Amino acid sequence: MSLVSAADQAPPPAAVPPFAGLRIWFTMLAICLEERLVYRGDFIIGTLMRFLPIVTQVFLWTAVFNATSKADIAGYSRNDIVAYYLLTMVTRAFSSMPGLAGGIARSVRDGSVKKYLVQPVDYVGYLMAARIAHKLVYYLVAILPFAGVFYVCRSYFPPVPDAGTIAIYVLSLVLSFLLGFFMEATLGMLGFWFLEVSSIIFAYMLVQYLLSGHMFPIDMLADIPTGIAGVSAADVVRWLPFEYTAYFPAAVWLGKIQGATLARDLAIEAGWVVVMAVACRIAWWRGTRRYSAFGG
Amino acid sequence: MNRYLSILATFARACLVRDMTFRANFLLECVTSLGWMSMNLAFYLLIFTFTSEIGKNTGWSKEPFFAFVATGLIINSIVQALFMPSAEELTEMVRTGGLDAVLVQPLDAQFMLSMHRVDFSSFANGLVGVGLLGWAVSRMDYQPSPVAWLLYPLLILCGVAILYSLIIMLAAATILLGRNQSLYDFWFYLTNFSRYPAEIYSGPWGGPIRMLCTFVIPILLVVNVPARVIAMPLSGEAWGLVAAALIAATASLLISRLVFQAALAKYRSASS
Repeated sequence: MSLVSAADQAPPPAAVPPFAGLRIWFTMLAICLEERLVYRGDFIIGTLMRFLPIVTQVFLWTAVFNATSKADIAGYSRNDIVAYYLLTMVTRAFSSMPGLAGGIARSVRDGSVKKYLVQPVDYVGYLMAARIAHKLVYYLVAILPFAGVFYVCRSYFPPVPDAGTIAIYVLSLVLSFLLGFFMEATLGMLGFWFLEVSSIIFAYMLVQYLLSGHMFPIDMLADIPTGIAGVSAADVVRWLPFEYTAYFPAAVWLGKIQGATLARDLAIEAGWVVVMAVACRIAWWRGTRRYSAFGG
Repeated sequence: MNRYLSILATFARACLVRDMTFRANFLLECVTSLGWMSMNLAFYLLIFTFTSEIGKNTGWSKEPFFAFVATGLIINSIVQALFMPSAEELTEMVRTGGLDAVLVQPLDAQFMLSMHRVDFSSFANGLVGVGLLGWAVSRMDYQPSPVAWLLYPLLILCGVAILYSLIIMLAAATILLGRNQSLYDFWFYLTNFSRYPAEIYSGPWGGPIRMLCTFVIPILLVVNVPARVIAMPLSGEAWGLVAAALIAATASLLISRLVFQAALAKYRSASS
C-alpha cells in the first residue's frame, strides 16, 4: 500500500507521452540487468560465500544441542535452527538496502539531490523504482546459488507449509522489503539536518544486527527479563520494526507464529511500513524546505 | 633490523599523529569496533542461558569460553591494527600502479606493503579483550600455571603470525590477479572459522573441515591453541597443539614469504 502512496505522489509530467515513465523504468531495469550479468561468475561465487558464516553458526548450535541434550531450544530443534538461518538469508535479500541511506545522505551533501527538486520526478518514487530494479536483478541471478544451497539442505526443513501460510510468507517478505526501504530512506533523509549520518547509520545497523534476528531467533529472548513484570525482551522486540526485516518471515514459514499472534504481528509489520513511509515523506518535505544546495 | 624497527616506529608515530588530528573520528572508530564486539558478546551470553557448555564434555563452559573469546579479540585487534589497513591499500596500489613506487625504494617490499599503516583505534578491542581475559580467568575453577602464562603471549604471537601470513598470501593473489576487490570479504569468511572452539567441528562434515583448517590452512590453531593453554590444564594433547602452532606459524611465514616474492617477480607494472 505504501508502494502505491510513494509512487502516486510523483506528479505526472504533463508534456511527456503516456507510458514514458514505464519505458524509462524498463530501460533502467535492462541496464541494471546487463551490469549484473557482466560479472555473473563473480556474483554467484560471492553469493555462495555469504552462506559460509552460516556453516559456523550451524556447528556452534549443533555443539550447544549436544551439550544440553535437549530436543529443542526456545521451540527450535537443531534442524529448525539450520532452516531458520537459511530463511533469514531470504528475508535479508528482501529487506537489506545496501547503500540506500548513505546514498541519499551523500546526494544531500554533494548537492546532486537538487536535480530531483527541479525535475518533475519524485525522489522517493525514483529511489523505489531503482531499488526494485536492483532487487529483481539480484533475485534473477542469486536464485541459482540460493536454490543450490536450499536443495542441499532440504532435509533440515519441515514439510512445505499450506498455501495460506505461503501466501502470508510472501506478503511478509514484500512488507519487509517496504519496511527496509522506508527505514533506510528515512535515515538517509536525516542528512538534511546532520550532513554526516554515518554514525547514525552505524547505530541503526548495530541495533538491527542484534534485534532483527539474523543472529538468533527472537523467540530465544522470551526468557530474558526487561525489569517490567510479565514483559520479556521478546515482547518488546515484537513491537519494534527490526525483527520484521529478518526474523518474522522466517518464523512464519517454519510455523512458529500462528493464528491470532500471526495476524497481530502482520498488522504490526504493516503498521510500521505505514509509519516509516509517512516519516520518510515528512522528512523529505521538511528537509527540502530547509535545504540549501552545496556544490556546483 | 634496527633500521627496520626505527622505520616502523616512524610509521607508527605518523599514523598516531594523523589519528590524533581527527580525534572525534578516532573516538568514533573506537566506539564502532567496541559496538560490534559487544553485540557478539551479548549473543554469547544469550547462548549460555540455554546451555552450560559448548559441545558435550569439551570443557568450554561459560568462563573458559569467554577466555577463548578474549584471546580472539586480542589476536584480531593486533592484526587489524598493524597489518589490515596496509593490506587494504595494496589492492588500490596494484590497480593504480602505486606499487611501483614501493618497489624502487631501498626497503623490503613486503615490510613496506604490510606495515606502513597502523590503525590505533583497533587496539580498543584488544584492551577489552585483556580485561575480559582477566575477568574470565579469575572466575574459572582451573587456574593456569606460570608455564601457561609464559606460553600464552608466545602463542598469541604465533596466532598473529599465521593470520599475517594469510594476509600476505591474499596480497600475493591481489598482485597476480591485478584486481581483488573481495580480498577483505575472503579474509572475513576464512577467519570466521577461527571464531569458535575447534571441538564444534565434528561429525561427517565437521571432521574434514577441522582437518582442513588445522593442517592445510591452519586457521583453527590461531585462537584455539593459546585459549586452550590458558583455559585448560596442560595435558599431552595441549603440548602437541603448542608444537603444531609453533610449526604452523614458522611454516606459514616462510611459505607466504616465498609466494609473495614469486608474485612480485611476476608483477608487471600497471602504469606506463
